[in-house]
Parts: sequence; C-alpha cells; structure tokens
Amino acid sequence: MEKRELTCIGCPLGCLITAAMEGGTVVEITGYTCQRGRDYAAKEVTNPTRIVTSTVRVEGGACPVVSVRTKADIPKEKIFACMKEINALVAAAPVKPGDILLEDTAGTGVAVIATKAVAKRPHSE
Amino acid sequence: MRAYDIVIVGGGPAGLAAAVAAKKAGAGDILILERDREMGGILNQCIHNGFGLHTFQEELTGPEYAGRFLAMARQLGIPCEIDTMVLEIGSDKVVTAMNHKKGMFRIRAGAVILAMGCRERARGALQIPGYRPAGIFSAGTAQRLVNMEGYMPGREVVILGSGDIGLIMARRMTLEGAKVKVVAERLPYCGGLQRNVVQCLEDYGIPLKLCHTVVDIRGRERLEGVTLARVDESGRPIPGTEEDYACDTLLLSVGLIPENELSRSMGVEMDRITAGPVVNESLETNIPGVFACGNVLHVHDLVDYVSEEAARAGENAARFVRGLLPECEGAVSVVAGRGVRYCVPGRIDITRMAERLPVRFRVDRIYKEALLTVRCDGKLVLHKRKKMIKPGEMEEILLPREKCLAQSGLRSIVIAVEEG
Amino acid sequence: MMYDVCIIGAGVVGCAVARELSRYEVSACVIERCEDVCCGTSKANSAIIHAGYDAPAGSLMARLNVRGNERMEELSRELDFPFRRNGSLVVCLDAGEMPALQALYERGLANNVKGLRLLSGEEALLMEPHLQEGLAGALYAPTGGIICPFLLTIALAENAVVNGVEFRFNTKVNSIGRAGDHYLTETENGAVESRCVVNAAGVYADVFHNMVSEDKIHITPRKGEYCLLDRSEGTHVRHTIFMMPGRLGKGVLVSPTVHGNLIVGPTAADIGDKEGVNTTREGLEEVAARAALTVKDLPLAQVITSFAGLRAHEDGHAFIIGEPKDAEGFVDAAGIESPGLSSAPAIGEMVADIVRGRLHLHKKTDFRAQRTGILNPARLEMAERNELICREPAYGKIICRCEGVTEGEIVDAIRRPLGARSLDGIKRRTRAGMGRCQAGFCSPRVMEILSRELSLPVEEITKAGGASAIVTGRTKGGHVLESSRMGDNL
Repeated sequence: MEKRELTCIGCPLGCLITAAMEGGTVVEITGYTCQRGRDYAAKEVTNPTRIVTSTVRVEGGACPVVSVRTKADIPKEKIFACMKEINALVAAAPVKPGDILLEDTAGTGVAVIATKAVAKRPHSE
Repeated sequence: MRAYDIVIVGGGPAGLAAAVAAKKAGAGDILILERDREMGGILNQCIHNGFGLHTFQEELTGPEYAGRFLAMARQLGIPCEIDTMVLEIGSDKVVTAMNHKKGMFRIRAGAVILAMGCRERARGALQIPGYRPAGIFSAGTAQRLVNMEGYMPGREVVILGSGDIGLIMARRMTLEGAKVKVVAERLPYCGGLQRNVVQCLEDYGIPLKLCHTVVDIRGRERLEGVTLARVDESGRPIPGTEEDYACDTLLLSVGLIPENELSRSMGVEMDRITAGPVVNESLETNIPGVFACGNVLHVHDLVDYVSEEAARAGENAARFVRGLLPECEGAVSVVAGRGVRYCVPGRIDITRMAERLPVRFRVDRIYKEALLTVRCDGKLVLHKRKKMIKPGEMEEILLPREKCLAQSGLRSIVIAVEEG
Repeated sequence: MMYDVCIIGAGVVGCAVARELSRYEVSACVIERCEDVCCGTSKANSAIIHAGYDAPAGSLMARLNVRGNERMEELSRELDFPFRRNGSLVVCLDAGEMPALQALYERGLANNVKGLRLLSGEEALLMEPHLQEGLAGALYAPTGGIICPFLLTIALAENAVVNGVEFRFNTKVNSIGRAGDHYLTETENGAVESRCVVNAAGVYADVFHNMVSEDKIHITPRKGEYCLLDRSEGTHVRHTIFMMPGRLGKGVLVSPTVHGNLIVGPTAADIGDKEGVNTTREGLEEVAARAALTVKDLPLAQVITSFAGLRAHEDGHAFIIGEPKDAEGFVDAAGIESPGLSSAPAIGEMVADIVRGRLHLHKKTDFRAQRTGILNPARLEMAERNELICREPAYGKIICRCEGVTEGEIVDAIRRPLGARSLDGIKRRTRAGMGRCQAGFCSPRVMEILSRELSLPVEEITKAGGASAIVTGRTKGGHVLESSRMGDNL
C-alpha cells in the first residue's frame, strides 16, 4: 500500500491529509476536516485539478484587463493550454462579473468567466 | 461642518464589512473614505481564488469577494468617496480629507473606524546590499501591475520572501510567461500558507529555499542578477554558500506593515509587536469611539477573518453612537505568554465582552503537537491541542465569558503555547 | 555651432557654473551623460552645508566653503529650495583628545567661521539629549546647515535654462581636444565646439583633465554608504552630529534632513570603479556601528533605504579650480569632494569669473535671478488650497501617500524647464516615492502620469533613463509558454 501526504488547498486552513493508495485507487483517506478536503484528496491522487485565474484584455474599457477564472477546476495538465486560450481572448467593455468569455476551455467543458466589472471607457473628446 | 455617525477610513474588505455591519446594527449616516480610485482595496489585485469559504461557504476570487460586500453596501445605501485621502483625524474625531472634486474638507464623526490596511516592507528595511537598478518590486506592486494594469514587471524572476503575495505572484508570473527561478526565505519556515506552497510553487516546480537570503543585487540600469546565500541561525549569510542567479526581476514579499500614520498622529496607543493600535474587546482603541479592524490592526492571512473582525468593529461603533455601548470599566489585559508573539485584543472589559470572544494571536516559531493554554490569573481555563502551529498562520481561541467572570478580581489572561 | 562655453557634467558644480555664467552674454551648453541633472555625486551625499572649520586655514577649500555657506540663505530665497541652519556639533568622546577639538575651533576662527563655541559635555547633552553620555566636549557651529542637494541642483539648472543655457542629456563625452583656438568635445551624439570648456565631471574629472593637460591629476572614487530613516525619527537629533576623529577612528554623521528624515553615514572606502555605487553588507554594518559611537538609541529598525555615493577624491585632497598652465580656456572644477556641496555656489562664481576673464564677457541686462520651485500645496491654508484645487483639480489628488505628493506637483515637475522624464526625476523633484513605502503604492500611478504627459508608452517609462525601464512589456502580448518550460510536476 502506498501512502501520499497532501496539504489540502481547499481552504486556507491547509489540513494535512493522508491518502492510502492501492494499485492506483484510493483505499483510505485520513486527516481531512471537511467533505471538501476529502474530495480534494481523492482527486489530487488520481486526477488533480485546479481553478485557473488570470486576466483577459478588454477593448474600450476603463481598465486594460479584466480578471477571469475558470468556472470550475480543470485538470492540472490543461492549465497552460487554458492560459494560451485566455491570452488570445479579447473582451469588449462593459464586462460584468460572471460574463462568459469562453464557453469551453482546452476541451474541458469548463467556461472562463469574468470576475469583475469593467465599465466602458468614458469618452475623451 | 457636515456630521456623520460613523466615518470609516478605508474602503477595502475591512472598511466595507464594518460599514455593512454598522448599518445593519442601526447606525445612521455612515461614510466610507477610500484613497484609491475604486472600492475594494487590495482585493482588486488578488485575482486568485481562495476567498470567502468561511464568509460565503463558497470559493471566490478577490474581486468577487469585494463585489459581494460592495453590493451589500450599495444596497444599504452607504455612501463612499473614492480618490479621497484622509489627511488628518483629530482626537475630537474631526476628519480632514481631500479629493479633486471637493478639495479639502472637514467632517465630524460620532465614531471613527480605522481600516487603512497595510503596506509592504520595502528593500530598504532589509538593508539588502548591492546596486539599485530598475526591476526590484514589492510583490504587491508587481501584482497590481500584472493583474490590474496589464504590464509584465519582467521575464526572469527571483522572489525573496515566502509571504502569501510572493507565492501567489510566483504562480501568476509563471502563468503569464515569465520564468520564476527560485523563492528564497530567510527563515527556516515558509511565511505564507502551506496551500500556497503546494499550488503556487510545487505545481510549477519552483524551488523554495529556506534559510536563504539575497546578499547582492547586480545591474546598474535594469536588474541583471542577484546572489543568494544560506544564512545561519542568527540570520547572517554563511560565506561560501553564495549562488548567483541571472534575473531581470526581484520581487520582495518580506512582510506587511499596518499603515498607522493617521492613528499615531491622532494619539491612538500602539502595540509594538503588531504595529497596530491596542484595542479592547470591542475593537475600540484608547480613544473612545475610535475603532480599528483588519490589517491596520494586525496583519491577517485570511480575508474572511478580516470581514468577521471588521463586522464586530462596525457593530460596536454602531452601539457606541447609539449610546448602547456601556462606558469601559477597568480592563483585564490579555498577555502574550510563552511562545506567543501578540494577542488581539490586548485588553478586555469583561462586562462588555461577548459570550465567546475571539482572541487572535501568532506564535513565535513552529510548534508540533502543540498545546495552547489560556490562564486567568494563573488558573487554566481553556486548552486546545493542535498538530502543528506556525507563525505564518494566525491562531484563534474563543474566550468564554463565564470563565472570565468566574475569576473574581481578574487581572490578566495569559495565552501560551508549548510543545509535546 | 560654436559655443562660448561647454560645461561637462550637470551635477551641482556644473549647474552652479552654468547658472553663474548665465548672468553674462554667453552661449553655453551643459553636457551630461545621464538623463537628468544631479545623477552622480550630487545626488548621494550627506545633504549638509558645512560651517567651514574643517579645511586647512587659508586654503581655497576653506575660503569657498565659508563663502558658499554664507551665500546659501540668499540663494535658497532666490531659487526657492529648502535650506535650514540647524547647526552642527563635533563631538569629542575622549578628554585626552580635547586639544584636537580646541585646534579645530581655532582653525574655524582662522577660516572666519561665525559663532563657533566650545561646549562642555554637559552643555552638549543639554542641546542633544541623544548624544552618548560621557562625551568630553563638543564644538558647536551654528552656521552648519542642511539642504536638499537635488533641489539645489535642479534649481540652479532650471534657472540657467531660463537664462539661456542649453542642456544636453544622455550625451556621454568620449574625448576632448584642442582644435586651433577652440576645443572640440566628441560625444556619443556628435561633436561640440566651444571656446572654453568647464570640467565639472565629478569622479571623471581627471580623465578629461588628462586629455588636455600634461600636468596630470588623479581622482579616486571614495565610496560612502548611508542609511536614511523614516520621518518618524527625524528629530532623534536636531543638529548635525559629527564625531571628532580620534582613538576610535573616524565617525559617521547623524543628521536630520531638510525633509524631516534622519540620515546616517558615510563610510569612506577608496575603490577603483567609478560606477561602484553599490552598498555592501560591511559598509551598512559599519554605518550603524560608527553612528552608535556618538548617538544612542538610534532607531535603525526604521531605515527606509540605504545608498552609496562616490566622492571625487583628488590625491592631495584639494579643490582643483582653474586653467592648467598648458590648457588655456579649459577650466577645471575637479576634486570636488566634501565640502563640495557647501562650496558649490562659490565654485560657480569662481569658475564663471575665470571664464568671464578669458572670454571678456559682459553682464546681461535681462538676467532673471528668481526661480519658483514646485508649488507645495501642503504649505497653503485650507482656503487657498481649495482655490487651487478648484482651478487645478490635480492638486486634490494625492499620488504619493507617504509624502503627500499630489498629481499637480508631479505634472508641474514634468512640464517645467528640464522637466522630469523618469521615476527618479519625479522623486528628486517632488519626493513622490521617497517615503516609507519606497514607491510601492505610487510608482504605477507616476508611470501612468509620465506616460500621459510625455506621450510615451508605459513600457518606455524608466526608473532613471537608459535601459532602466520599469516594466518589460504587456501581459497578453507575447507568446504563451509551451509545456516544455513548465515545471516537472505538472
């Protein structure tokens, strides 16, 4: 039996969790203090995922970029593919939090959404 | 002179949560003064996730978290003045502020809530030797440039200090195409949260070098490289352990300092360790009706705790202006005992304290299998075991009022930590 | 075009010479390798005006020091820069060394320094409670002062420009040579012809001198490291405190600055590198240790920055001012180390007088002696300040929180003659970024204002010209890293 020590990233408490593995499957998880932690550990040792946060260029906005995130966590190995798509995106002001800027990032089925409002740039005449 | 029930200095997470809670607790006119060009404070540049699990049972990014509180403030009709700098607060609670629309103006406050946040420790305070080229940023400045203004501070990065902003920026810079070569930490333990080590450094294969510091900075115009060296127990570089790193950017994440220039000049009593005001159970300073919360009081690692603390300050300020906060009677001091660096609040009026009063503190080093103890005049009233306690992570105990009341003539409450 | 005078170096000496020369009908140009005035020795020193008791009696150095000191008040009124006579104390720690202090006092009298007084240890302690107890005595010089060396230099330069002097920045001089009856100064941006050359090149003055004269001189860069403390500590001492050199070696000074900080330093280390303005661990530790010899309880935890400057130490520790015998029309202002800042106004007069004699210059009738500095709205009454903000809303917007600098002041710093073009230029003119957060909060805002005012993209805004751009580009602009550069664990 293989044991893997993890620090939960679910919340800032950072619980120390141990996952016992046998032949690629999880047999026991200990040390978590909430369901979220248990889920994290189970996923981390089999299919680790992360939420990706970044910014997207905004056209005609009061600020040049808007902060964005993936609506849910995506497989870790897709992070850079997701970033490549995010970097190519351009949003048109105004942007509202929750606006979907990309429906499906890197084939994960997860959307990229804005996390902040960006107003239109005031006319400068 | 225009008068307000409560004037809140700072429109970041602390100021917003205080305003919302004060309004809900029945305060009348509230005004938030914010020096930046938008409300929300530093949360606006913290675009990563991990906020709000306590407050909203949901994982939010910084802007989303700020957005929730902004919406609440808006709904309650709380006015905010942005781009407004508070220049002075008199001990009579007359606030002098300035912006480009109104000019300089004075307002009278029934109560003041200090929520100015903190600033980053700069290179000068560390006395890092070397040249002074472009390319040296505090991590928060770099974070603002990248996340809000859309600029890259550089391409090849070394980070000194393992504070959370530094760890978060290691990941951000990597995702934006920079090469982060190393994070160096002078202390034998990480300054930030372990979860950030996992998801910001380990995920990207960025090494964390504990007991290391920058001993030289090269480059006359733009940064060209830095030298790291291992330090001994007293923090002095060990000769022969130097390693050169070529880089065009050095980010410093070496500590946060509460911004209390206004507090000091109005005569608020300060704590030497937290660099924030000394407050009582109501988060009130030595000046009645002047409250403090958030990072101006002591540096937090979690915004959720800031919001919770600020809400208490807001409620108490509302009680103060409504005449519902009894006058403070003799205070019991809360003392940082063995292994504890500081406690907030620093004193308690038992007659005014809540059933369960959160007392927050930090320890002075890593403790494994730690035992936290609370003693009222020597008598153990509470203890708590923890697998591990680190200086980088704020601790909390809930102090029960009945235990404090049980001890007649109580003079001091001592919080301590021991190992084993 | 043939200039009457070409001045090499836009430090305090070059600018003082330029300003004094601009009183005359003259065509003059100042050539500076950096992007701004005050980028070398003039920007990194103790920022004090010596009373004048140090230099050997009867020396040129003594005469120029005392003269420069005397002129400072009038000059600060004329050119609107901060100067304050806070007085200085030379502290003698050892009773056995009191005769040396007495000698210093007598030298001061011989140099015509006004108001000198020998104090007992007790008297000195009454004056400065943070002096180390047990000192034997002190020499009090009420004419000692403190100044902002940036604003002095900038003021001199701006006034010279208004009176017709040209400045060329980012122009490094490669060589100087005789060409018939005039000089040819070869620079990176072409040649400059002039009848006279003034050599105010600081640590490089020997290089240029030796190009035209067989009577060689040698200048050693002498590094001095300093610590600057937060304004909260600016009254730890009120006078400039020196230590009498003696049994314990040479001390460092501890002084308030004219902006309310506390400055501690300098060390003195002779180095070979004329660009070696790096601080060192040893140097900074030495500053702390030596300062503690005279001043107790120094709050060194409140250091906000440290820096190093190079003094242009000539082998004989003399000011070399005048024409070498074999180079008529080439006027040196070389070896200008301490008390160079104090002497600068007098050096300016002396050099201008030599050039005047050589070129038979006549006074201008329309010389404008007055210069107005950047308006500091904090000095206005509330009503006046509000009138100003009403007229110019930018004066209502604080950009630098720590020093309380408004957008109005920053815009003024950019738009005035020889305006700022970099963060350091703004910092030296307005103090934005000079405070306790060391530009953490204000630098993005100042970059934005510079970009707008100069019509330059933010990527081209520099810390101090040249290759010192603050940001290297935009996010989202370039390529995304491929997985090959990702961490192993991903």
